[in-house]
Amino acid sequence: MPAPCRWTAGLAQMWRRAWLAVALAAIVVLIGLAASFAPAVLQRRTTQGLINLVAVVGLYVFVGNSGVLSFGNVAFMAIGAYVSALLTMRPAAKSVFLPDLPSIIAHAQWPPLPGALAGGGVAALVALVVGWPLMRLSGISASIATFAVLVVAYVVFGNWTTVTGGQNSLMGLSPYVNLWTALAWAVAAIFVAFAYQETRSALLLRASREDEAAAQAAGVNVVRHRLIAFVISAFLSGIAGVLLGHFLGIVRVENFYLDLTFLIVAMLIIGGRGSLTGAVVGTVVIAALTELLRQLEIGFQIGNATIAAPAGLGDVILALIMLLIILFRPHGIAGGRELAWPFGKRRCQPSDT
Amino acid sequence: MERAVQIVVDALSVGSLYALTALGIGLIFGVMRLINFAHGELITMAAYALLFLFGLPVPVMLCGALGVAIVLALLTERVAFRPLRNADPTTLLISSFAVSFFLQRLLILVVGSRLKGLDFLPELGREIRLFGIRLQVLQLATIVVGLVLLVALTWFLKATRLGLHMRAAAEDFRMARVLGVRANRVIAVAFALSGILAAAVSCLIVVQTGVVQPRMGLQLVIIAFVGTVIGGLGSLPGAALGGFLVGAVSILLQALLPPQLRAFREAFVFIAVAVVLLFRPQGLIPARGLRERI
Repeated sequence: MPAPCRWTAGLAQMWRRAWLAVALAAIVVLIGLAASFAPAVLQRRTTQGLINLVAVVGLYVFVGNSGVLSFGNVAFMAIGAYVSALLTMRPAAKSVFLPDLPSIIAHAQWPPLPGALAGGGVAALVALVVGWPLMRLSGISASIATFAVLVVAYVVFGNWTTVTGGQNSLMGLSPYVNLWTALAWAVAAIFVAFAYQETRSALLLRASREDEAAAQAAGVNVVRHRLIAFVISAFLSGIAGVLLGHFLGIVRVENFYLDLTFLIVAMLIIGGRGSLTGAVVGTVVIAALTELLRQLEIGFQIGNATIAAPAGLGDVILALIMLLIILFRPHGIAGGRELAWPFGKRRCQPSDT
Repeated sequence: MERAVQIVVDALSVGSLYALTALGIGLIFGVMRLINFAHGELITMAAYALLFLFGLPVPVMLCGALGVAIVLALLTERVAFRPLRNADPTTLLISSFAVSFFLQRLLILVVGSRLKGLDFLPELGREIRLFGIRLQVLQLATIVVGLVLLVALTWFLKATRLGLHMRAAAEDFRMARVLGVRANRVIAVAFALSGILAAAVSCLIVVQTGVVQPRMGLQLVIIAFVGTVIGGLGSLPGAALGGFLVGAVSILLQALLPPQLRAFREAFVFIAVAVVLLFRPQGLIPARGLRERI
């Protein structure tokens, strides 16, 4: 029988709960710090990986807690990227590329941070409007409907020439995203996702993930909690899109479609869609693997012969790994669990009062 | 008048194309609650079979496309879906997503991602005059093929023993097994049928567009998915109706929208779908036995 807790135990309890976010953030920061000593090319790749991490964590907030797969989050990334691009670009550049913009947007020149928050905010707002009908669907229909969201976003951004430049890319974004900005946002995303999953709403949502009928019978408003998760998820995805746009310095509608969707979904599934740890692990593992395969595609010098894997092999292997994971370890590398507190079990019994 | 008839025929033919695709998806969903992304790759691979057999007699090409689609359908079932038969629908969905991308990327790795021209059955591109109105042979052929397959499938499901088993399995899989329905056989037949439907769609699409490319199937399937959802997931008449409506509405919009809005056609279609789903979240023809009974 454990002893009753003293008042310090409450603090220890809080620390143990927050430990997960701190530990995951620490892992990410360590990777970032290590990369800062690496050559410039590897630094850029790590930056891209950190941006993907924001996107995967964003996807996890909805998929992980609700159990409903979403193919639509890349649409929110596109929204974030375009909104931030339009608000932060120099008016002179906009008058060249997009002469027919409405004057409010044409004259706007916001600083990076408000631009990024606006990108995430607009994505969240769109998710609120779109999610209202979508979240009423049963889980599997909702997944398909999120795919429709992706297609609609692609069609609209690809053809709305006066605002997005249509098939022409939107160029001249300030490329302010470097290793440190991406790292800061990745850590922020982890803390947001963690804070959300500790809320009552997220707990109720996870109850509906385990057994929808039972949760409903117990009075859980599944539609409402799914919608909350969807909006937060869209906000983080929007931020990831902003980062990607300002990392590349260019927004192309083709960059925000099926390929990116596949990559982000694959990272979450391989890591394990049921836990924040899975989201982080999946991103890190796949980013490292992709880098390795890219080296293989470039080829190795052996003697005076270069042995190179055929281009495109990386994608095939990624798809194969995802298939094998879902067949043999359906809950991913992390298996739906979070990183455990490594220093022994709870030693006292919290009082029930 | 002439234009109106042409638009209607156009809408009917594109509608039947999507109805056939949605039926192929709906069949599989009915028996194992799997949303089959890889259905798109069946269509793509059948089209590439046509490309590789080009120059041989037409019946050989058709058999080749049919064979590739059926074998691939059975193979994906055996390798990727049978081990997950008792998994939840989301896991199955992810599996088919992975299969779809794997096949697509493999195809890109082997043949490249550029689109290739394929002049299959050019005589179907001719126009004929019917009651003084010019119509494309291909569109009439599409409507006829669609109708024939629909009637044949209905006959199979309603009048044969295997069809009865399949309907029983779609309604309550566990109960059907208890009553002596062979699960593996029913599911394999469903996949073979979806392969046949995919091959038919593939041939029609290739004649219509004259090109093949590795992503052609996925684009079709995404729209057909939306058709099955709006029709009512798990209901075959629903899938046919939903697929038909999505295809027909997009053609009508193409004809009726002002030119500067035409590019946004799909967006309008999907917004219409969202509005329908607001009022009927279970789809137009809701399936029985889909919701878990306690």
